[in-house]
Amino acid sequence: MKARIFDALRAALAERRAVALVTDLGSGLQTLVDAEGRQQGDAGLEDEFLPQVVEAIRQDRRGIVEFYDGRFFINVHPPANRLLIVGAVHLAQALVPAARLAGFDVSVIDPRTAFATPERFPETDLITEWPDEALERLRPDARTAVVALTHDPKFDDPTLTAALSSDAFYVGVLGGRKNQAARLERLRAQGVPAEQLARIHGPVGLDIGAVSPAEIAVAILADIILALRGPKWKAG
Amino acid sequence: MMRDDNEAILSQAARWRAEGVGVALAHVIATWGSAPRPVGSLMAVSATGAMAGSVSGGCVEGAVALEAAKVLAEGEPRFLSFGISNEMAWEVGLACGGKLEIYVEPIQ
Repeated sequence: MKARIFDALRAALAERRAVALVTDLGSGLQTLVDAEGRQQGDAGLEDEFLPQVVEAIRQDRRGIVEFYDGRFFINVHPPANRLLIVGAVHLAQALVPAARLAGFDVSVIDPRTAFATPERFPETDLITEWPDEALERLRPDARTAVVALTHDPKFDDPTLTAALSSDAFYVGVLGGRKNQAARLERLRAQGVPAEQLARIHGPVGLDIGAVSPAEIAVAILADIILALRGPKWKAG
Repeated sequence: MMRDDNEAILSQAARWRAEGVGVALAHVIATWGSAPRPVGSLMAVSATGAMAGSVSGGCVEGAVALEAAKVLAEGEPRFLSFGISNEMAWEVGLACGGKLEIYVEPIQ
């Protein structure tokens, strides 16, 4: 791999741009292709080949493909999955490192600056806007999960309304069953459609009997991963 | 949907390069059966033999690192394939019964 391609690949990952690294397995020459089919490198991919690469990026599909006489390895490098946590609460302090461990880019959103402090969240992206404003700006995409952990409808409800109208693959909210029912009723009254309400994971997290904040963080993260990947071995 | 730690692996590779240490990248390019890491998995190997990332569940990384040293010495990529291990023969192989093909290239 030439240093130029190596640097371009790292830059794409840092900027959250999905790219494919295409290696001509005959010559070793490589080209970096982005989701729009722009190429950068030496493999000189033919115009008819590019749509295959773009499709591979779209589907996160990796492997060896043959084109005319050549054998090419396509490796797709999608940007990191992202977790937006609303509520700089005790549980969030456990969820931030857990989610990072699983490869997520994490941001914590809370306008209450007594909670959202660098002491409580060292080296963490802290956003002190109101949740709905922050989500409007961050535009959760299909690689983004949003969880609301404040226990306060004043923050959690606008978070859900904004997250449900985005492409976020996971929208979860903390709270017991009684609170969940009341919340759904409020959101329904605000005109959130039933199919959007059905997307809410609440009570948030896999039911593993978690008690401590750290255990609940693991349960939430496991549920997010399940939503992302789907189960490997179907029950029964 | 496998992003995991490619970014972290490439960052480690960049740190080695910044220290003036050569780095080879090993890519899993094909798998058969129950190979432990999917196609696209990456491992960076430094000229001093340090490793970041993985290409299997720890079964073949040592052998890949040895090959990476040759790749760095020669400046030419290599293809490696690993199959089912034969424990009696102490071969390098995959205890899980999978097969995999790896492409190792120098960063230059």
